[in-house]
Amino acid sequence: MSLNVSNLTVHHGAICAVNQVSLAVPTGGLAAIIGSNGAGKTTLLRALSGLNKPTSGVVNWMGQTITAEKPEKLVRMGISHVSEGKSVIPELTVRENLELGAIWRKDGKEMKESLSQVIEIFPRLGERISQRSDSLSGGERQMLAIGRAIMSKPKLLLLDEPSLGLAPLVVEQIFQTIRDLTTQMRLTVVLVEQNAMGALKIADLGIVLNLGKVVAVDHAQALIQDPAVRAAYLGY
Amino acid sequence: MQLLNTLLIGITAGSIYSLMAIAFVLVWRSTRVVNFAQAGMALLSTYFGYEAVSRLGSFWIALPVAMIGGAIFAALVELILMRLLVKHASSGPIAGVAPIIATLGLLGVIKSVVTMIWGGQDLRIVAPISNNGFTINGETLVFSPLKLLVLVVVMVLLIMLSILFQKTNLGLALRASAHAPEIARLSGVRVDAVRTLGWALAGAAGAVAGLFQTVNGNGNFSPDSIEFSLLLVSGFIAAVIGGLDSLLGAVLGGLFLGISISFVLMYVSSGLFFIAPFVILLIVLFVRPQGIIGVKAGRRA
Repeated sequence: MSLNVSNLTVHHGAICAVNQVSLAVPTGGLAAIIGSNGAGKTTLLRALSGLNKPTSGVVNWMGQTITAEKPEKLVRMGISHVSEGKSVIPELTVRENLELGAIWRKDGKEMKESLSQVIEIFPRLGERISQRSDSLSGGERQMLAIGRAIMSKPKLLLLDEPSLGLAPLVVEQIFQTIRDLTTQMRLTVVLVEQNAMGALKIADLGIVLNLGKVVAVDHAQALIQDPAVRAAYLGY
Repeated sequence: MQLLNTLLIGITAGSIYSLMAIAFVLVWRSTRVVNFAQAGMALLSTYFGYEAVSRLGSFWIALPVAMIGGAIFAALVELILMRLLVKHASSGPIAGVAPIIATLGLLGVIKSVVTMIWGGQDLRIVAPISNNGFTINGETLVFSPLKLLVLVVVMVLLIMLSILFQKTNLGLALRASAHAPEIARLSGVRVDAVRTLGWALAGAAGAVAGLFQTVNGNGNFSPDSIEFSLLLVSGFIAAVIGGLDSLLGAVLGGLFLGISISFVLMYVSSGLFFIAPFVILLIVLFVRPQGIIGVKAGRRA
C-alpha cells in the first residue's frame, strides 16, 4: 500500500467533517471516494494534500508519515492536488498555468519535457498555449488543471470533482483521460466525485463516505452491483 | 511651449507617483492590505539615502542603499508585525481592519522614531545634476536635466520590474500567489516567502519615490515634509485609479494623475494643489469605479 490513512479526523471549527477515516490505496491504484454533499469528501482530500490540518490520525505516504505537512512540501514529495472547481488561475496564460506546476523543479530541461508531455496528452492546450486561461471552455480548464498537476511529476494525484459543471460528453472524456493517465504513468489516484457512477466505472477501489465516516469499501465493480449503494448513490 | 512644459512636468511628477502606486499595489496584491505606512517607509529610506550621500558623497550610491534599506525594513514589517497580526486577529470584524489600522499606527511610529534619530529640522539631499530648466531658442523650460534623469531612471526600473514579473519564475510565483494563493501553494510555491518578497519590492520602490520626490522638489526634507504627505496621497490615488490590483494600472494611474494635476495647476489655478488629486480621484471613481484597467469584479465559473 502506498497511501495509508488511519483514523483521520478533521474538524471545521466545532463540526467534525471527517470522522475516524481509515483507507489504503495500493501503488498504481485508482480509488474513488463517493458520497453525497457534505459527506466530507473534499475535507478528506484537503487533509491529504496539507490544505486542512487534521485533528488526529495519521497519513502515511510511501512509508513516510506526512500528517499535517504543508502542501508546498508535499508537492515536492510527489503529491499533487487538483482542487475543486477547475483550479486554474484565470489571470495567467495556459503556458503560465502549466509552468506554475513545475515552478519548484530546478531543472529547466525537465520542465520542457513535462510541458511537451502534457501537450501530447491534451493537444487542445497546445493550441491555446498563449491564451489567457479564462478564454478556455469548462472542459479545457479542467484539462489545464490536471495538466498543471502533471507538470509537478506526481506519483499521487488527488482529484476533487473533476466532472463538476461539465457537459456529459466532456465528463466522459475527462474520466477516460484520468483512467488512461493512471495506467500509463503508473499514478496512484484518489478521485473524489459526486458523479458516483462515472467515478466507480473507472476506479479500481470504491469508498463510500457518509457524514464524515467510511460506510463501505470494496472493489469499484462490486460497489456498482451493491443494492444499497445503487439505491443511495447511483439513483436506481 | 507652455503645453509641452506642462506635459513634461506632469510626466515627471507622475512617474514618481507611479513608483509609489506600485508600492501600494505590490503590498495589496501580496497581503490584501492597504499600507498607509508606505509614506513612512519612503521617509525612512530617504534618511538612509541621506546618510549614504553624506558619508559616501554620491547620489548614485545612495539610491541603491536607500532601496536595499527600504526593502529590508519592509520585509521585516511583513515578517514580524503583519504575520503576528494576521495570526492573532484572524476572525471577527477586526480581522479585515486590524492590519490597515496597524499600518496607520506604524506610520506614526516611524515618524517619531525618525524625529528622535535625525531631529525634526530640514535636511538636504543635493541633486546629482542640475534642476535648472533646459533652454530652447532662448526660452527656459521648467523641464530640467534632473527631471529627465528621474524619468529615465523610473522607466528603467519599471522595465526591470516588468521583466521580473513577466519573464521569470519568481515573477510567476508572485503573480500566482497574488491571484490564487491556494493554487500557488499546491503548485509548490512558498507563498509566505513570496509575500515577504512582495513587501520588500514595495519598500524598494517606495525608497526611490521618496528620494526622487525630495530632489525633484527643493531637496529639503523632514519628518513633517509636505512632500511625503503628497506622495502618500498621490501614490494611493494613482493606485486606486489603476484598479489597485494591476502594476500596469499603477503606472498609468500615476502618469494620468501627474499630467492631470500639472494641467489643472497651469491652466485652472495653482491654488488647487491639494484639491486636484481628490477631485480627479472622485471623477475616475464615478466614471470607472473599477479603475482604468481594472476588470469589473464578478462571479467566475
